Amino acid sequence: MPLKTEPITINVGPQHPSTHGVFRMRVTFDGEEVIDVEPIFGYLHRGSEKLAESRTYTQIVTLTDRMDYVASMTNNMSFILSVEKLAGIVPPPRGVWLRMIAAELQRIASHLVATGFFLQDLGALGTPLILMMRERETILELFERLCGARITNSYMRPGGVFMDAPDDFWPALNRFLSDMPHRIDEYEDLISGNEIVAARCDGVAVVDSQTLIDASVTGPMLRASGIDWDLRHRQPYEYYNRVKFNRPLATTSDNYARYIVRIHEMRESLGIIKQCLEQIEPGPVRPETVPALIRPPAGDSYVGTECPKGELGFYLVSDGGVAPYRCKVRAPSLINLTLLREMLIGDKLADLFVTFGSIDINMGEVDR
Amino acid sequence: MIYGLGLAKGMGVTLKTLLGPSFTVQYPDRRVGIMGAAKAAGISTPGLIFKRPVKALRAVLGFERIAVMPTQAARFRGNEFTWYEDRCTGCASCAKYCPLGIIKIVTAPGGINMQEGESYAIETFDIDTGRCMFCALCVEACPYDALHMGSEFERGNYVRMDLVLTKEDLIAAPKRPSTWFRPQMEESAYSPFAETLEDMKQAGRHETPSVEQLTKRWVEDRRTDESVED
Ligand code: SF4
Ligand code: SF4
Repeated sequence: MPLKTEPITINVGPQHPSTHGVFRMRVTFDGEEVIDVEPIFGYLHRGSEKLAESRTYTQIVTLTDRMDYVASMTNNMSFILSVEKLAGIVPPPRGVWLRMIAAELQRIASHLVATGFFLQDLGALGTPLILMMRERETILELFERLCGARITNSYMRPGGVFMDAPDDFWPALNRFLSDMPHRIDEYEDLISGNEIVAARCDGVAVVDSQTLIDASVTGPMLRASGIDWDLRHRQPYEYYNRVKFNRPLATTSDNYARYIVRIHEMRESLGIIKQCLEQIEPGPVRPETVPALIRPPAGDSYVGTECPKGELGFYLVSDGGVAPYRCKVRAPSLINLTLLREMLIGDKLADLFVTFGSIDINMGEVDR
Repeated sequence: MIYGLGLAKGMGVTLKTLLGPSFTVQYPDRRVGIMGAAKAAGISTPGLIFKRPVKALRAVLGFERIAVMPTQAARFRGNEFTWYEDRCTGCASCAKYCPLGIIKIVTAPGGINMQEGESYAIETFDIDTGRCMFCALCVEACPYDALHMGSEFERGNYVRMDLVLTKEDLIAAPKRPSTWFRPQMEESAYSPFAETLEDMKQAGRHETPSVEQLTKRWVEDRRTDESVED
């Protein structure tokens, strides 16, 4: 005899340990099945875009660190590219290579956090997350050598990076590069073939590619549905047209696909860093001519970059002053989150947070 | 596919990690065995057992702890700025560059400065580190290498006002500048965690003439000029 159930609405968050920050969902269940989800955000809104209007272009770099604080380097890079386009600054080659190395390291670190917490939400308490945090720690130590900070890097400046890498950075980077493939193998041993992970993730929260495109979702989430869209490949910025890399794809567009795409992307990032190391040459990292106070000519600029979470771009409008007239951030976390409702309806209660974790959002970037 | 193979493989990874070396660093102190305690005390293990049996027993029982200092990179942007009063001209570039505007500088005419001869005397130099985000833009802005990031990080306080670094605090603080944005320090292989840099002349990237030369060039020469005009 089927049990009679009636819909019940539960408030999840904003202070919920599984919502990856201060995020709130009003979820309606019927028994164990999700029938409606209403995402509510804005709890971490700090007005970064408005604050940017009263700061100089160099000072805004510190704000971008705090948007997606799991991937500060790529945020720096995205903003700097937009400023460079606006002000017509051409960075010297070594600066560009250093920025690419930093950004790819950051991509690995961010994907480690994404997969680690995704598995944590799945119930794999501890082991995978701690293993991934261990490797992330190595990356953060590399960042500390590079720029003295682990999370709020502020490493990049209009025209390049603030300073060349110290001598002890290169051996440490090489050690990391030779060690990391084995670590990724370990994760695959631990997780990819695991029957429980497969049973919990295969075919859960499937979204078809047309819905993803309509919602302008980008990043690993889009590539997990088989669409080959990677801005590093489609609209190369920096020197991404001088390196070769594959774009890992999956076709099933479920939670497992989103996980496996990230794992493969880490391997590709390692390959990109190796190619950067082959091509980098001694030289200046920042042109002498860039003034401390940049006054770009009136105009606007937008450069879309492939961040770990998707397309991140800064739309800057300049009126010729030292601060932008307007700064608008196209944040991948916010846009990827808009599909949450479509993904969750019809799912079970236990998959709620797993799906949420598989999107890989960062509240700092959603609310800015 | 044999069901359970993936689980077994995963368990293998867990076991391997369990038996491998530990990655976690204990902080602020860690437990040492009898050999570690002897090494920390600077004597041999038998020496420890015979000379200080209580300590040796404690070590065996696992009560002996030694302090751990985590290793940081030389560029570490730490709390506690390092500031050389004699290098500072009071130009306030740092205060203008700070995104948060938390550096307060009050100057008065007078004083002789390392780089520029006669200069402003610094009356107030306050950095509110309670609001500082350690972006180090102020250090980047300082044209005279007077302000550097520090390398401390243990500055917990009960009172918010105590987080404001005043001129006196900055002068009294040990001079362990971080090498962030200071290529001259990196070239000389200076490490903020091993040594201090008390001599303000070593901290700069500019010329380092002697004080006599500077006094002559900037002060005495000008005095003569003025007396001629008179
Ligand atoms: S480190 Fe940054 S926030 Fe702190 S005083 Fe310097 S410029 Fe201001
Ligand atoms: S610390 Fe440097 S920037 Fe600040 S007032 Fe002194 S000389 Fe000028």
